[in-house]
Formats: sequence, C-alpha cells, structure tokens
Amino acid sequence: MPTLDAILDPLAFPFFVRALAASALVGLVCAVVGSYMVLRGLAFMGDALSHSAFPGVVAAYLLKAPFYLGAALAAVATALAIGWVTRRGQLRGDTAIGVLFAGMFAAGVFLFSLIPNYVGDLFGFLFGEILGIGVGDLIALTVLSVVVLGTVAVLWKEFLYSTFDPLGAEAAGLPVVRLDYLFLALIALTIVISLQAVGIILVVAMLVTPAATAQLVSQSFGRLVSIAIAIGVICPVIGLYASYWLNSATGATIVLVETAIFVVALVVSRRPSLARANQPPAA
Amino acid sequence: MTGLPAALDASDQLHQLDAGGHVRGPAIRLRDVTAGYDGRAALEDVSLEIARGSLLAVFGPNGGGKTTLLKLIAGVLRPWTGTVETLGVRAGEAARRIAYVPQAELVDWSFPITVWNVAMMGRFARLGPFRQPSRTDRDAVTAALERVGMIDESRTQIGRLSGGQRRRAFLARAIAAEPELYLLDEPVTGVDVPTEEDLMALLTIEAEAGRTVIATTHDLAAMSRHFEQVVAVNRRIVASGHVDLVRDPDILARTYGGHLLVLGERAVLLDDAHHHDSASGSERHFHDQGKT
Repeated sequence: MPTLDAILDPLAFPFFVRALAASALVGLVCAVVGSYMVLRGLAFMGDALSHSAFPGVVAAYLLKAPFYLGAALAAVATALAIGWVTRRGQLRGDTAIGVLFAGMFAAGVFLFSLIPNYVGDLFGFLFGEILGIGVGDLIALTVLSVVVLGTVAVLWKEFLYSTFDPLGAEAAGLPVVRLDYLFLALIALTIVISLQAVGIILVVAMLVTPAATAQLVSQSFGRLVSIAIAIGVICPVIGLYASYWLNSATGATIVLVETAIFVVALVVSRRPSLARANQPPAA
Repeated sequence: MTGLPAALDASDQLHQLDAGGHVRGPAIRLRDVTAGYDGRAALEDVSLEIARGSLLAVFGPNGGGKTTLLKLIAGVLRPWTGTVETLGVRAGEAARRIAYVPQAELVDWSFPITVWNVAMMGRFARLGPFRQPSRTDRDAVTAALERVGMIDESRTQIGRLSGGQRRRAFLARAIAAEPELYLLDEPVTGVDVPTEEDLMALLTIEAEAGRTVIATTHDLAAMSRHFEQVVAVNRRIVASGHVDLVRDPDILARTYGGHLLVLGERAVLLDDAHHHDSASGSERHFHDQGKT
C-alpha cells in the first residue's frame, strides 16, 4: 500500500517533478485534441502520424538539429500529404494513411540503420523517456502546448461544427477544407509534444483512450472534453508513480492505467444506446 | 468590346435596389448549369430562377439531382459550366445568409451533442472565431427552440430524439441562424403528421416574411398540401411552376420515368415499360442514366 511517504519521496527528485509536469501537460493537450479526433474518426490517423515522425527524429539526430523540429516537419508533412491524397478521391482515406505511414516509418528505420554506432537515445523515441526530460525540453513542450491549446480555444466552435455537420458548416460559410488541414496539423504537433513522454508506438493511446473513455459516458460535447481532460491529466500522474514503485517502463505504465480506466468505463456504462442512435428511431 | 458591356449589364441586374434599400431580383438564378461528382454529371443544362419569398419544393427521383441542386445554390458544389447566383451574389459568397439542413441519414446521431448545442451551431458562422456566444445568441437559440417546440428537450442528446424531434432540432438550428434563404434536404421525410404540419406552418411563416424556402421532398402528397411552387428535377429541369404541376400525369411520367405513384387519395399507374422489381422500384430510379 502506498503511504504518504511513498507519494512524497519521489518528489525529492527534480527529474520526477519535471516528468510529472510534462506528462500531465501532454495528457491535457492529448485529451483536448483527441476529443475532436475520435469524433472525426481519425484514431488510425493518430497512429500513422506518430510513426511518420520517426524519420524526422532520426534525421534531426544525424543533422544535430532539435528533435522537435525534425519530428514536427515529418509529421505535419505526412498529415498534409494524407489529406491531399485522400481529397483527390482516387483512394479511400485509410488506404492513403496505410501507404504513407508505412513508407515514412520505413524511411526512419532505413536512416536509423545507417547510423554506424548503436544509439540508445533513439529507442527512447520509440517507447518514451519521460524521466529523462530536461528543463529545455519542458520549455519547448510548454510552448507547443500553448500553440495547440490556443488554436483550439480560438476555433473550438468551427472545429465542432465542421466535425458534426461538414455540409451544413460549409454552407454556412465556414472554411471546412482549411479547418480539416489545420486539424491534421494540430494532431501532428500534439504527437510531437507527446513523443518524449510515451514514444512513437504508444502516442495514439494518449490521444484516443481518454476521449474514447469519455465518449462512453458523455451526452454532450462539453462533458466529453471535461472528462477526457480529467482522465488525460490524472492517468500520467498515477502511471508515473506506479512505474516508480514497480520500476516499470513509464510510457507503457501510463498507457496501461488509461486502458484500465477505459475497460472499467466500458463495463460500467450499460448504455449501448448511443451506438444504436444511428438506427431509425422508434416513432 | 462586347464582353464588357454584357458583364456590366448582368451586374446591374444584380444590384437593383428597391425603395427599402434591399436588393431586388430573384433569390436564385442558375444559367446553363451542368454539375456533378467524379466526372459524372448529376444535373445538366439547368436554367432556373426562384423569386424571393418563394416556398418551393424540389421533387424527382433518387439520384435525379435534388440534393445537387441545393448544394449548387449553397455554393458548396461548384458548377462545371454555367453560373449560379444566390441572393444577388455568386453562390457561396452569401453563405452567412443561408441555412442548410442536411438529410437525416447524413447526420451522426450518436454524436455527443445536445439539442441546445445543435441549435447554437446556427449562430457559430456569424460569430466567427474569437467571439463566444453572447446573451443575444442564447436568446435567439431559446426563441428558435420554442418555435419548433423543443425547448423542453434542450439538454437531450440528439440520438435519443424521435424522428420528428430530430427534424425539429435541425430546423431550430436553421431558424437560429436568421437566414434569408432556407435550403432543406428532405425536411419532412419520415416524420409524423403533427410534426409535418408544425414544420410546414413555420416554413410558410418564414416565406410570408420574405425569406426564401427551398425544400426537396419525396412525398408528393405532402408537397401538394404545403407548397405553392414546385420544380421537377430528373437530371434536367422537367418542369417548374405552380404546385398543380404535380397533378399532370405527363410531367410525373417524365420526372419519374414511369412508376406507380400515390398522389393524394389516388393511385396513379404510369406506363412502366422498364419493369423494375417491385422491392427496389420505389426507391431506385437509375434507368434514365443510359438514355440521352
């Protein structure tokens, strides 16, 4: 059983406090962006964009550039390319995503294999390395978070309308196509923010799981976002402590905590009615 | 040369003002419009004028181009050839003065959103980014929900509504937008009779107030009860004019290409040389696509 000491002891380590702040902030940004993402049916897109950031990370390492820059460029470029290929209409969206993200990830593995000596750092980007986060990383992360959250704060109505009813929104004069591209770019930036916390492989869980859990128990959009934020901020804190006590991998522990809460919500919410809502109503 | 005066001529027509300073001229004007999707034309050579304050129904078979016509007027679909003018400007430029209600099947009813917030979306476009809904917007939403009889369901998630209530909620969104032009895709399809009567009474009031109401419909009986003007569409404009057109068997035959139709109390068997199977015949009318 964790006692008060078990909770307070790790706070003596600056790296642990930094990790707490960083992962809670990442959880907040992921929950907000993820709420729109699950309603837009873009969960797979989140997985694709995180993998496509990999070549950017490796290239940044090779060029001794900041990894945030490399990851952001690669992810945003892939997001826009997927949007463009899909909009041309020759291929389904999931097909375009499958081709482009596998290609980008292969490019990352290819570049990685060219590095002469074993480089442990890069494994951190695959599986996360939140305990190694520095003050500079924390500042970069905060700046990017403010950019993403600020954009959503300004355009929440526009994103909501174009997510719910793109046709009605476009007829009312909202720039639906530009909003779509902008949202893809926001997903890409959110992934960059999250890479150091949970790594490329597990980012999609940070994005999708809190929002998916909230969707199980929400009747309104405001409630969905609020619950997603609560889950998104609390789970990394629980996960960090759990990984400290258990000496387990932090990123994976955080994701497991989120998944456990999702499973509980799935069992407890005895309301399949929303899933059935698209069937014709009874009279 | 000759091109320039002609262009000035057209814009003169668009900007004539009446005594009250309002733009006169038709609400909608399509000239020689052909449009479609993925290289396939859904409407061809359409020319049409719709007067302001009209209460007009667009009818015709599935795949006949009804929704395409609405999208062209809304400016969300660009014509391949020809021009579309809406409320005196190029289609799409008057978007803030338009309310568009999509078909019920296109809506994700499992979306976690309440009736109140659906109606509030009618205010979003005019608010623009940065500005949050104010007292004025909340008052407009309240008034709209009261007019459609949905104020008691404000906090209900839309998937829990009946079919009639769902249409009422979306009409509330349109009313809250305070538009000059309503574009409604199948607004009374599959709703109960009281809802149909209520919604059509509301739309009639809007038209009498000088706003233009254009609705697509499948239901010829409902159409002949509620609308003054109709446009029959089957890839082309088959006919347009007074609602009595619906009683002309020849026009119906050309619109639907020959099917059993129930009109008012009468069943009218039109000459059907094509012999569709009865299950799909009432829903699908694609046999005109191969003809010229």
